[in-house]
Amino acid sequence: MVLFIVSVGLSVTMGLMGFVNLAHGGFAMLGGYAIVLSMKHWGLPFPAALAFGFFAVAAVSVVLERLLYAPLYRATELDQVLLTIGLVFTMIATLTLSVGPETQTVELPEWLRGQTDLGFIEYRTYSLALIVAGTALMIALWFGFERTRIGARIRAAVDNRRMAQSMGVDVGRLFTLTFALGSGLAAIGGGLGAEILGLDPQYPFRYLAYFLIVVAVGGLGRISGVFFAAILIGVLDFVLKIYFPKGGTLFIYALTLILLLARPHGLFGKKGTS
Amino acid sequence: MNTKIWNRANALAAVAFAACSLISAGAIAQTVKLGVVLPYTGVGAEFGQQVDRGMQMFMKLNPAAFGPYKIEIIKRDSKNPSGAEAKVAVQELVAQEKVDLLTGFIYSPDAIASASLATEAKRPMVIMNAGTAWITTLSPMISRVSFSMWHAGHAMGEAAVKIVKAKTAVVGYTDFPPGKDSLDAFKRGFEANGGKVIDEIPMGGPGQVPDFTPFFQRAKDKKPDVFFVFVPAGDHAIGVMKTYGALGMRAAGIKLIGPGDITQDIKLQAMGDNAVGLITMHHYNADLANPVNKRLVEAWKKEYGPASTPDFMGVQGYDGMAAIAHVVTTLKGKIDPDAAINALRGWKYDSPRGPISIDPRTRDIVMNEYLSEIVKKDGRLYQKNIGVITAVKDMCKELGEGRCKQ
Amino acid sequence: MIAATELARRHRLRWWEALPWIASLACFFAFPNYLAFGTQVLITILFALSLDLVLGYAGIVTLGHAAFFGAGAYTVGMMAMHWGWNEPISGLIAAALVAGAIGLASGLVLLRTHGLALLMLTLCTMALLEQAANMGAAWTGGFDGMPGLSFSKILGLFGFDVLYYRSQYLYALAVLFACFAIVRTLVYSSFGQSLTGIRENLLRMHAVGAPVRVRQVLAYTVSAALAGVAGALFTQANGYVNLAVLSLERSAGVMIVLILGGYGRLYGAFVGAIAYMLLEHVLAKAYPTAWQLGLGITLIVVALFARNGVIGIFDSLRRRIERSAR
Repeated sequence: MVLFIVSVGLSVTMGLMGFVNLAHGGFAMLGGYAIVLSMKHWGLPFPAALAFGFFAVAAVSVVLERLLYAPLYRATELDQVLLTIGLVFTMIATLTLSVGPETQTVELPEWLRGQTDLGFIEYRTYSLALIVAGTALMIALWFGFERTRIGARIRAAVDNRRMAQSMGVDVGRLFTLTFALGSGLAAIGGGLGAEILGLDPQYPFRYLAYFLIVVAVGGLGRISGVFFAAILIGVLDFVLKIYFPKGGTLFIYALTLILLLARPHGLFGKKGTS
Repeated sequence: MNTKIWNRANALAAVAFAACSLISAGAIAQTVKLGVVLPYTGVGAEFGQQVDRGMQMFMKLNPAAFGPYKIEIIKRDSKNPSGAEAKVAVQELVAQEKVDLLTGFIYSPDAIASASLATEAKRPMVIMNAGTAWITTLSPMISRVSFSMWHAGHAMGEAAVKIVKAKTAVVGYTDFPPGKDSLDAFKRGFEANGGKVIDEIPMGGPGQVPDFTPFFQRAKDKKPDVFFVFVPAGDHAIGVMKTYGALGMRAAGIKLIGPGDITQDIKLQAMGDNAVGLITMHHYNADLANPVNKRLVEAWKKEYGPASTPDFMGVQGYDGMAAIAHVVTTLKGKIDPDAAINALRGWKYDSPRGPISIDPRTRDIVMNEYLSEIVKKDGRLYQKNIGVITAVKDMCKELGEGRCKQ
Repeated sequence: MIAATELARRHRLRWWEALPWIASLACFFAFPNYLAFGTQVLITILFALSLDLVLGYAGIVTLGHAAFFGAGAYTVGMMAMHWGWNEPISGLIAAALVAGAIGLASGLVLLRTHGLALLMLTLCTMALLEQAANMGAAWTGGFDGMPGLSFSKILGLFGFDVLYYRSQYLYALAVLFACFAIVRTLVYSSFGQSLTGIRENLLRMHAVGAPVRVRQVLAYTVSAALAGVAGALFTQANGYVNLAVLSLERSAGVMIVLILGGYGRLYGAFVGAIAYMLLEHVLAKAYPTAWQLGLGITLIVVALFARNGVIGIFDSLRRRIERSAR
């Protein structure tokens, strides 16, 4: 579920904007730090810290988008790769120097700790909370993109930028907003995931492969696709690890390999989206 | 156009090289040069910092340790544990900086890859962490002041039967050499004393922290008396503790035990109340009550802030510098490689981890292993000592297991 | 028409093409204490060059190129460790064959896809190999790697120099030269031209009846074999190999090197590897804890202000000079 929350933001920026954003994990990390540090130093409660992380990172990403990303929208993918990797290096070094190389930990509020008895099975409370949060997020996003005016505009701008522009849509501002949304989602993912994935300056590289896999399997720009892909991969990984721990992470990769060979556009991707 | 690039590259290189040679030309003959290879960036950056601080604390608390001899420390980043980066760093320290001694080495691959260089160049290498047991057999120039996975693993196996009174155990380990070493060591110690290991669960690689829930669920279903866990010190350990608490394994009567890597002091407070009751075996924890340690902890907190603490890696850095100071003063500032290694053989020292010495035969460390239980005291987690096994050698080499056979 | 003359113009051997090689030799004499680092740079150049063949010429974007580097590295390592086969040059050939075979097999399956799917598929292939190498730790040494590998003298004449890397440097340089000659010939042959055609306009190549898939797979295989040679050199020069040869970091790193230098340009690999590694090396020496900051900023600046990497800067400079000269 953590995978979903972080990856959905990536799907938004990469799929909708067509930008190869390898720095996405970096935004998740920044968000995680903003959330953890604001709780530690200002005593913000967990939900307020999440909101703070979302807006702080969204604000930072707006600046970065205008300064760095916008000039490269029409450049090749490879130049975009170079830019975003450079950005990740910079983020890592900045955090290492300013906060330190050590791991940051989240102090969860009491009501999110321990086990919850669901009647038929005991389950980790925090995981349940994540599932609820993830589902809510997915519904909200789906609604936002498929059923509102802004969502329609974004989709229009992605499909045919020039046409959208001539229809009076301010594509530049729209993209900035979309990017801010994607990065903000990453930030929330970083904060929520810190409990399980940990949080230290190496975060963006450590989980890059996972995020990309989820997006690829789900299909670019498909929010529901990413949702189901994250669940599918998460559940299969969990089950296989219980029964065949020797295989380690082998399964996740083998699985992705097979899935992508069978469905190159992702499980739920439209033809021609990638 | 390529001319320009090459010229530019060469000009850049020339400037850099000139700068380096200026530094080395400035050194005085009586100074001993020490090359330090640690990960200052990447996954091990936090550990690099800890060892580095330990070394500095030794210098600060023992200003007279080097006598009249000056020591010049040259630091190099070993980056990520590929071995190759560390090897290039060592090669340059030897070839360009002409260092007399080498030290550092957090990750085993870094030490393993560099061993042949130490032999070839005849530079004594004092290892401050790298815990794969057979490293010391790779070169006669290597001496280790840290530990091998067998120290704590074997001792824990013995103590699990004798002190914790366990009969069955499940072992969960991170699937890389220290993890497997730890598994083997624990199994040897546990089963030699009448226990039985009923399941072995590899729990992912060291590169990323997995979600431990599925592995712990499997262990819980086996219902052992104790669950012995080895994961790399750091984020993995926090994940282990949180999962242990969240799955309610304590309520199910399964005790969590392990080597002290999982209760590394710098991570301990972050583990929260889940860690209470955890029993570990290790050669150091910051709550050891000896006077040398009290002095170190106090000075450390003064230097780096009250929230910081030395941990076993910091103390290894501290003791490593002590060993180097011993070599430098014994040889009167003139480092002859063979004499340096001989000076280390049998060296005894009163360390923050209690009495330690270097085994003259294996050049590996001999030290106490402390069994401790996490308790809550004055609002913080505290490691209460509940037993000690004195003068523990690296059991891998004592038993001649696998590659440790000499 | 312009493109054709441009290609013909590029094909000619020109005087400056000798310079990199002369300069590399000069470095050997000028900086005898820096050859360990120099050897790593040469190996990276070769690795980047192999990537250039698929990325720059055939337009195949891959994040799994370390798979072949690692395959070559482990081939040599395991032959030396388990069979005592430590003759270096036959080791290189074996590494090329193994890596090429893996490239052929995976290329046949994977190259049906493109874009993000291909990126992830190559990444997964590499990750699978990495996991396999970890699980087979009894054979590969796993995370701790294979220590103390030693190789017999090159051509029976030059022993490996553990301390100063003198023979390794020259050996790597010679191998790089040979491989470069192969790549250069290949790129300027009709085969290479058709690869560029595939990259530039896939539909048209299909339309003129060119066997697109076959050519792509072929290019992928050759590239894999070259990457295998680079990996084999890595193991031989360092006398050590561990799982890090199969990491995403190595794949992504070489891609960055190539993009930084300029892809599809043969010499981009040289420029990129030298620029990136020298920068990293010098910065890391001066600021062991903070070098990533400088490196990151440099990458951002190059991405923003240079099209097609450092070599692209020189290109546009040259064009400007030519224009003003006219």
